[in-house]
Amino acid sequence: MGVEVRRSAQGVTLELSGEWGARELTDLEAQLAAVDVHAARELRIATAGVTRLDLSGAWVLREFVRRARAAGAAVSFQGELPDQLRLIDETLKDAPATPAPDAAAEASGALSAIGRYAVAFGRDLVLGLAFLGRATSVALASAGGRARLRPISIARHVYDTGITAMPIVALIAFLISVIIAYMSAQQLRGLGADIYVVDLVAIGVLRELGVLLTSIIVAGRSGSSFAAELGSMELNQEVDALTATAVNPYEVLVLPRLLGLAVALPLLTIIADLVGLTGGALLCRYLLDMPLTQYVSRVNYAISPSTFWVGLLKAPVFAVLIGMAGCFHGMRVRGSARELGRQVTQAVVQAIFLVILADALFAVLFMKMDL
Amino acid sequence: MYPALEVRGLVNRFGEQVVHDGLDMEVQPDEVFGIVGSSGSGKSVLLRTILGLQRPQAGTVRIDGSDITRLSEAQLRPIKARYGVAFQQGALYSALTLLQNVQLPMIEHLDLPAAALDELALLKIRLVGLPAEAARKYPAELSGGMVKRAAIARALALDPTLLFLDEPTSGLDPVSAAAFDDLVLYLQQHLKLTIVMITHDLDSIFRTCNRVGVIVDKRMESDTLERIVDHPNPWIQAYFHGERARARTGAARGT
Repeated sequence: MGVEVRRSAQGVTLELSGEWGARELTDLEAQLAAVDVHAARELRIATAGVTRLDLSGAWVLREFVRRARAAGAAVSFQGELPDQLRLIDETLKDAPATPAPDAAAEASGALSAIGRYAVAFGRDLVLGLAFLGRATSVALASAGGRARLRPISIARHVYDTGITAMPIVALIAFLISVIIAYMSAQQLRGLGADIYVVDLVAIGVLRELGVLLTSIIVAGRSGSSFAAELGSMELNQEVDALTATAVNPYEVLVLPRLLGLAVALPLLTIIADLVGLTGGALLCRYLLDMPLTQYVSRVNYAISPSTFWVGLLKAPVFAVLIGMAGCFHGMRVRGSARELGRQVTQAVVQAIFLVILADALFAVLFMKMDL
Repeated sequence: MYPALEVRGLVNRFGEQVVHDGLDMEVQPDEVFGIVGSSGSGKSVLLRTILGLQRPQAGTVRIDGSDITRLSEAQLRPIKARYGVAFQQGALYSALTLLQNVQLPMIEHLDLPAAALDELALLKIRLVGLPAEAARKYPAELSGGMVKRAAIARALALDPTLLFLDEPTSGLDPVSAAAFDDLVLYLQQHLKLTIVMITHDLDSIFRTCNRVGVIVDKRMESDTLERIVDHPNPWIQAYFHGERARARTGAARGT
């Protein structure tokens, strides 16, 4: 199989035989490379022995012929020029053989990278503001009775983002409160200040951790699902179809999600608070041998009436931030599956970032207000 | 010599719903075989079965003589390298450029140097009538007609002898569809391909197919194009002699 070289008075004859296909390509290329094209003035190629010649095989042969001609040999074929070779010649006859270089690859310096990043960031900012504006105007319109609220849709989102998240939120709240109680018990016991474990758990869970952890879980669960859902709808032109039927996608897709989440997240936070306090109670009972009644009265003593509300107040704000990040990135998906993955990632990262940033702002605000 | 593709006694069932019940089909080398059937008659399921994407309840599917319904993934690998598929929506990998799309099967199946990889992939892209500039584009940047051509370029990546086309002309305007038929014929003649295509497009059938298989009543009636139009089955009659088909059928018979 392959290439056989015969030398005679007239020149060199190459007898090709066997299968000339994509599978044998590497081998054939090596055999042809071994043929010394410079030694021959006249090169004849016999293809009668070839049992199968596909495009890849023909391409290798063509490349060889080009090399031989460039080296000054007169190349001819014995019998007909194989059809496949003619096909390649025909395909490649006009236009360059190599594609134009990538425009993106050319400008790859650090400076241009910074520039591109800045431009992309600016564009993101404008798009984000536009999204915020649209969502707000739809929300105002529905509050003013000019756009419909969709209770069934909202209820579905309360179920999807709230009810189904209950087990995982409860579990995480329980574990976190146990961890806080356990860690602080170890430290405080040495000082004989066991009782402050209760303060730490109660205030920590109610003010910060209950709502914060719930929001982070919901950002992972629902922020990503909003982005993926809207993104694939966008890819499937469903959003265009809505717009074309004069239905505002912000009214039917974005607003119910935001409102649903704004209902679900406070409810989840209450559950997290409850379970967190229960977890603390269990640990105090069994690790510190603190009677339940003492735990309850200490909790009552430790927290002020505002502690619970300070935590709960943050929930709807976080919900809107998570929903906005999810819907915004979902609506931005264009074109491809990779883009979908990128936007979903962005949605979750941004949602968590915004939640923590807002929590920090709340902390400063509440401190100034002496709450 | 084996038929390029031979299906015998194929049964496909989904729960209660029987899609194929003893379907036979045979495609000879160098043929362009059209598969026709009403919507929901199981054309896509048939294609999926032939491609080994789904195992039938009974029956055999032979590609070049080997029964793919009984082979393991590893044994299927060399057989899958012998056919190419152009899916209806193109199914181009959206994260890769067109050039990379064509190169992917080559990289997976062949051991080629990088330069050969680029040139061969580009050759396939040019062969289906796409400009070289398209090679660097992502599927999302290609028009519908270009995606269809690109899908064929990728299907040709491994120089297959058997090519499956799923509704190649659907969604194309008549002029593009006619150009596409020409491309199919051109490739078939020059590359000596066996082509199996699912289509609804009568123009396409009359232009490109030698033989046609019609899925009726969970089986397939197949014959040459000239003879199948006179088949007594009412659906086939309606298909080839309906309002939309009349002019064409007359032309095929030379009347």
